[in-house]
Amino acid sequence: MKTLHSIKLIALLFISSILLSSCSDNHDDDHDHEEELITTVTYTLSNGADIVTLKFQDLTGGSIEDATYDVSGPLTANTTYTGSVQLLNETESPAEDITEEVQEEADEHEFFYASSVAGVSITKTDMDSNGNPIGIGTALTAGNAGTGTLTIILKHEPTKPNNGSSDEAGGSTDVEVTFSIEVQ
Amino acid sequence: MTLKIFLCALFCGFFFSSYTQESLPKTAQDCEFTFRGRITDFHDSTPIIGASLYLENLNTYTISDVEGVFVFKNLCKDKYILEINHISCETKRITINLDKNINKQIFLEHHLNELNEIIVKTTSKSAKTSIEQSIKKATIDNFSDKSLGDALKTLSGVSSLNTGNSIVKPMIHGLHSSRLLIINNNVRMFDQEWGDEHAPNIDINSSERIDVIKGANTLKFGSDAIGGLILIRPKKYAVIDSIFGSTITSFNSNGLGGNINSEIVKTYKSGLYSKIQANYKQFGDFSTPDYSLTNSGLKNINTSFKIGYNSYEKGFNAYYSFVSNEIAILQSSHIGNVNDLVNAINNKEPRVIEDFSYNIDFPKQSILHHLGKIEAYKRFKSLGKLSVQYDLQINRRKEFDLRRGDLKDTPVIDLRLFTNSIQTDLEIDAFDNLKINSGLLARYQQNDAVSGTGTSPLIPDFDKYDAAIYSIVNYNLSATSELSAGIRYDFSKINAKKRYNISDWEETYNYDEIFPEFETGNVDGTRISTNPKFTFHNISASLGYSTLFKNDVALLVNYGLATRVPNPSELFSDGLHHSAARIETGLLTMNKEVANKFVISLERNNNDFGFIISPYFKQIDGFIQLVPVGITTTIRGAFPVWEYNQINAQIFGVDIDLSKKIADKFDYQGSLSLLRGNNLTDDIPLIHMPSANFSNSITYRNENLNQLSIRLEHRTVLQQNQYPNYNFYTFNAILQEDVFVDISTTPPSYSLFNLSTSAIFKAFNKGKLKLEFNIENLFNVTYRENLNRLRYFADELGRNFNLKIKINY
Repeated sequence: MKTLHSIKLIALLFISSILLSSCSDNHDDDHDHEEELITTVTYTLSNGADIVTLKFQDLTGGSIEDATYDVSGPLTANTTYTGSVQLLNETESPAEDITEEVQEEADEHEFFYASSVAGVSITKTDMDSNGNPIGIGTALTAGNAGTGTLTIILKHEPTKPNNGSSDEAGGSTDVEVTFSIEVQ
Repeated sequence: MTLKIFLCALFCGFFFSSYTQESLPKTAQDCEFTFRGRITDFHDSTPIIGASLYLENLNTYTISDVEGVFVFKNLCKDKYILEINHISCETKRITINLDKNINKQIFLEHHLNELNEIIVKTTSKSAKTSIEQSIKKATIDNFSDKSLGDALKTLSGVSSLNTGNSIVKPMIHGLHSSRLLIINNNVRMFDQEWGDEHAPNIDINSSERIDVIKGANTLKFGSDAIGGLILIRPKKYAVIDSIFGSTITSFNSNGLGGNINSEIVKTYKSGLYSKIQANYKQFGDFSTPDYSLTNSGLKNINTSFKIGYNSYEKGFNAYYSFVSNEIAILQSSHIGNVNDLVNAINNKEPRVIEDFSYNIDFPKQSILHHLGKIEAYKRFKSLGKLSVQYDLQINRRKEFDLRRGDLKDTPVIDLRLFTNSIQTDLEIDAFDNLKINSGLLARYQQNDAVSGTGTSPLIPDFDKYDAAIYSIVNYNLSATSELSAGIRYDFSKINAKKRYNISDWEETYNYDEIFPEFETGNVDGTRISTNPKFTFHNISASLGYSTLFKNDVALLVNYGLATRVPNPSELFSDGLHHSAARIETGLLTMNKEVANKFVISLERNNNDFGFIISPYFKQIDGFIQLVPVGITTTIRGAFPVWEYNQINAQIFGVDIDLSKKIADKFDYQGSLSLLRGNNLTDDIPLIHMPSANFSNSITYRNENLNQLSIRLEHRTVLQQNQYPNYNFYTFNAILQEDVFVDISTTPPSYSLFNLSTSAIFKAFNKGKLKLEFNIENLFNVTYRENLNRLRYFADELGRNFNLKIKINY
């Protein structure tokens, strides 16, 4: 008899749990979207009157097949520009400025720049609280005329200080974007 | 069995023949009632001969005759207490209100032994035809501060897929995750076992014995045990008044941690029992021979409670266990894109090496698992045993990654899986040579991708309904051979809610044409809401044969047809898996996986010289595997894309175990596992297959010297030369050149030595104290294991000194 009671109890438990869980259905249908997404990288180079912007935009995230690269014009040979980089998440409205987050956690982040054009050199002009470079602010010097690429990399938790090479700094890559540039 | 009854009867008859029926006292004239009865076996209704019957009030005895019949004559109108005794049977007392002549049927049970502890190995197998191996409590205690996977690896044919050294997923014959059923206290574990880095949430300390079933006798628990089944068994307690317990504590030099586990059991003569167990385990950063593995510690708390009542006719038990795991994942394994991976591979050493710490930092996993069940059984005369069980599990998994800004403390993955099921099992054992085991199952499962992670979930919300029916027949062909056959039908229905990128839905996968019925019509910007629904019907079957030869040699042959429904990650995964630096994609077009498996085992169970030689062959059609298929470039750089696909596969090999008594106090044990996995569709080896490995050990045991035991063990794992080449090139923008990404080449062979010593001392009045001192990786060998997902980043653990104290009281 006792056993029959427990069998009934067991059956009851099962049924009630199904009822309970079906009641709690549709709890959070508003699914998360990617909050950490970086959609836009803008590198603005300014030499007083001469302003060159390099802009990468991929609003969907994922594969960059549908991304746009927008370089406003050529750099002038033998000129030094003041550079500043900006990261945005434009899926938010208004667009979220990720550069601010990087600035806040400057000791855990670093931008790296590299160009295949001979004579183009980029130095970082800002520092984190430990006196190590961040790379939001830069100075770019263009040498002789040439064409090639400019790559911007943002690393999270790289070794700091490092020798300036992104490969050896380690960390995990948050941004890696390559632009085609021309110096004339 | 008949022989046993006969012996019982003979003995009882002899013993009680000194009492005679004539000794019944005569009383007043209204004392003319007759109390007649017939005693039969509860089990199969055969008469029980020679049972002694004792009327307590009158101090009168009689015994049952060859028909099981007894008679008390000339009884007065009264209330009598009758005690029925039979050798090796349960004593039964009944009260009779005598006011007329009575003829009563009385059932006795002669299987009392079954209630007691399992003593004989052969009778404790899940079925006689089952090809399986076991780990006993002593071995489990050796691994009290390690994981289930570590303990199981001591068996041939069992390996593990690791993520670091704390996340250990057991693997049988190269198969793991959804292809391996883990049954904990008769409850099938559902703890998001589909993921490669999701280890089973089981506290090894709460178990008494673990069986690994490599053969086909798995239908009772599921249709999908393509790899095999791991059965975690609780202890059966003797029906006596007693209280006992044990405490085990350990300390390790590597990781500067250990555990403490205590359990207390109270049993009663009435059949009631209760058990409470708790375990706490903590480790800091582990280290390799050369460096510290920064962020590799763990912390876990487990408890379990059990209460129950056991008698032959009926019983129940209720069980609850709680497992909380917090596991740090090597910090250096957090990488961004393929270039980061190349750097990690080329660096040979992890990029972050800091001083030892107990901190569990990001990345980490934090998992809670609740498991509760209630089970009741009743035996029906001339039929068998009916059991009913309800179980419930809640698994909450949070995975934390290194994140930026406000999301720092927010998990990237937060999933809650709720599972509950009700099942019945009827074991018909009324026939002499035939045992039929049939059952029904209904299960409901709900996955909730908890919101607030700030990422789109890797596994979506879904509901899953399962129903199953099975029947397994065991037939004794002769005293030495047995045949078993089983069949099972499973119905599964999955109902999910998931958002896709419109470009993926319409172009990449062409789902808008294949599954237009899944579209809900809701489009939000670039995302489309869908409602995928799948229904599956599965048939699975098993066939087993066992026969005993002379000299303790037995031959077992198993065939199994197993069918597995694709799991949620195979269907729905979609996105970047940070810790693996890869994009993982499931496909809605996945179909079920069907395996035909053949396992043979030739065994000799003998203390002087024993062996198990077990070859196996598995043909798996529609084998679902996750393999690299190309590269996708994102704003973070290039990532390899790993996609689930279906192929036809073949896995075959042999497991060999040997044990030999080489001298009075010396024993030798050896094992060898050989395996080959082929992807027949592409004519290449299967990915992630264990390589050939073998082990040897010599044990010295001296029972007279505090049961001193010294054991030296050696284990060699050979390099896996049969691997598919999925290496590729990626463009490095900084170097302006293509770099080679070697993700396939396997690490070289390695050999490890372990030394274990133990001795038992008397402590307190009745207690025992066991001291153990062990050295793992005795020669501090530096090595990497192919089946460790973090092998690109760091070496395996270096030498460890381990001290354990176990007290029984």
